[in-house]
Amino acid sequence: MQKAIIEKAKELLAAGTVNRVMGWKKGDFAYDSTPAVFYNAEEIDSEFVYDEFTASNVSKYLIKESQKEGKILVFLKPCDTYSFNQLIKEHRINRENVYVAGIQCDGKLDIEKFRTKGISGIQSITNNNGTLTVETIYGTETVSAADVIAERCLSCKSKKHVAYDELIGEDGEVIDSNRFDMVEQLENMSAEERYDFWRSQLSKCIRCNACRNVCPACSCENCVFDNPGSGISNKAAADSFEENMFHIIRAFHVAGRCTDCGECSRVCPQNIPLHLLNRKFIKDINELYGDYQAGEDTDSRAPLTNYRQEDCEPSVVHERGVE
Amino acid sequence: MLMMSMDKIDELFALIAQNQALYIPADNKDGAAEYTRWSEGVKYSSALNTVRSAKDFFFPQTENLVDFKMEGKNIEIIDIREEAEDFVLFGVRACDAKSFAILDSVYLTDPVDSYYKTRREHGTVITMVCNKPSETCFCSTFGIDASQPGGDVECSSDGNNLYFEAKTEKGKAFIETISSLLTEGDASGAEAVKAKTKEILAKLPLSGLSTEAFGGDKLNEHFNSEKWASLSEACLGCGTCTFVCPTCQCYDIRDFDTGHGIKRYRCWDSCMYSDFTKMAHGNPRLSQLERFRQRFMHKLVYYPANNNGEFGCVGCGRCLAKCPISMNIVKVMKALEVK
Repeated sequence: MQKAIIEKAKELLAAGTVNRVMGWKKGDFAYDSTPAVFYNAEEIDSEFVYDEFTASNVSKYLIKESQKEGKILVFLKPCDTYSFNQLIKEHRINRENVYVAGIQCDGKLDIEKFRTKGISGIQSITNNNGTLTVETIYGTETVSAADVIAERCLSCKSKKHVAYDELIGEDGEVIDSNRFDMVEQLENMSAEERYDFWRSQLSKCIRCNACRNVCPACSCENCVFDNPGSGISNKAAADSFEENMFHIIRAFHVAGRCTDCGECSRVCPQNIPLHLLNRKFIKDINELYGDYQAGEDTDSRAPLTNYRQEDCEPSVVHERGVE
Repeated sequence: MLMMSMDKIDELFALIAQNQALYIPADNKDGAAEYTRWSEGVKYSSALNTVRSAKDFFFPQTENLVDFKMEGKNIEIIDIREEAEDFVLFGVRACDAKSFAILDSVYLTDPVDSYYKTRREHGTVITMVCNKPSETCFCSTFGIDASQPGGDVECSSDGNNLYFEAKTEKGKAFIETISSLLTEGDASGAEAVKAKTKEILAKLPLSGLSTEAFGGDKLNEHFNSEKWASLSEACLGCGTCTFVCPTCQCYDIRDFDTGHGIKRYRCWDSCMYSDFTKMAHGNPRLSQLERFRQRFMHKLVYYPANNNGEFGCVGCGRCLAKCPISMNIVKVMKALEVK
């Protein structure tokens, strides 16, 4: 896959179709690539990487990149194309300045899961048909890829690219995934159990804002929480409930726009399952307004910004809230 | 050398906790280690390190400083500080132990930060030699020896025994309080643990990383480097690196209006944030490039310039493991050292 991607990048650069390429740059280890823009074939040959660890959703970078001179080539995994479409819908990306190459994705691996298995001192990781050989300074370890696949990929919602100019690899189908299972479990808890679950998770928050800053739906120029003039800016929690409020407010703000790309949970240094808050909103929207997938297209009206006579009444909140 | 069987570690914790608060690294529900106040049933984690550093104990993320009570034209200033309690921090690694010295040089030099000083005075630091360093470790780059972590008492363990060596007067006094559990044995066990650690350290992939290209006298060449643009290109501007960092020491002071008075508090701040150092005239660093550069220049150039060549990084590797886009001080150093 990496080879085909690199060939495509060089071909489009040489033809002048694009003047730069958004992708991932090799790191120091087997797993630590960084999103980067490449300007020529030499850079691409020596530094471009695409593998099981290039997990970043780079669509948000296009907000800035697509405002620049000339066309940029970007490689988007199926889930990233939903974010891309949503950003187009919100008029945040200048579509004309982007050439999208959709790339097939078979799921990404999570290095944290290697660490949880006690694997340390990693020198290299080789994937042989789903069996990973990990060379470490402490010896060789063998791991099944299925055991270290990223949480979000275990409930992948779609292998289908919803936006592209060209495809590399196969296009897949929307998947009838299990992504709402955990939400259902939470719904089935008593209010007290659910409250305890979220308090124990959200109290881990160190307010680094990584979830917000990586989120393609959080594209405000200046977030109210960063703006001293907003009256609600806060770097510190005034009380123990405030961190919880930050995440809940953020989930409300992206409701109907969150495509469930899972970046929030991927980047959280404290491993808070933030995506579950967003999935609860998605599930509710599906149930109250009919199935809706944010980012599926660029022109439909989203349920929360639309009005139909058959829309649910506000009283639904009260009715559902009774236990 | 004083030693104790590892089987007795819970007894040791119970004994320490009789006299003062005890914090140990313990695995949380997700399997990540975090400093936890010991009580019956809390188990010591052998994880290499905690997600959050140990700096929290001396420099907490948020802290109330003072209250103001307003009545008419009168303002009453209320010192809200409570009597600090003695506490023991057990299992601190060499990197975090060294980070305290870096924080000290900021907070204990004139003007002394009395809030920080009080906590330092009340804390006893028990370090632990690393048995299984990670590929992200590079403490040796900054002259730190993970086999000699220092602190008030230095511990090492081979899995069977725990070895103790007092390093300070405070450490000696602490050892007295737990002497009923210790026996005198020969030092070869501890020596073997340390020798093995040294052997591993030499094999780490980042063991060759050098600080030669950095220091207080390298300001102009690095500040004006063209490489900052590509290095900072993907930075999200979040505070993850700052907040997991054991040496990041910047804070903001804010007033919280309670409706009938003011609570003045301070909280960690991040140079990655857009409102960092924002003043009446505006913000001196308007772009993410400038903010990103500030963080690394501080650790590699400004801090050594003001602290006899000491660097402001201890190579714990937390930012390497946690940065959402995997950009970090190692990548910055490697890029900048190439002319």
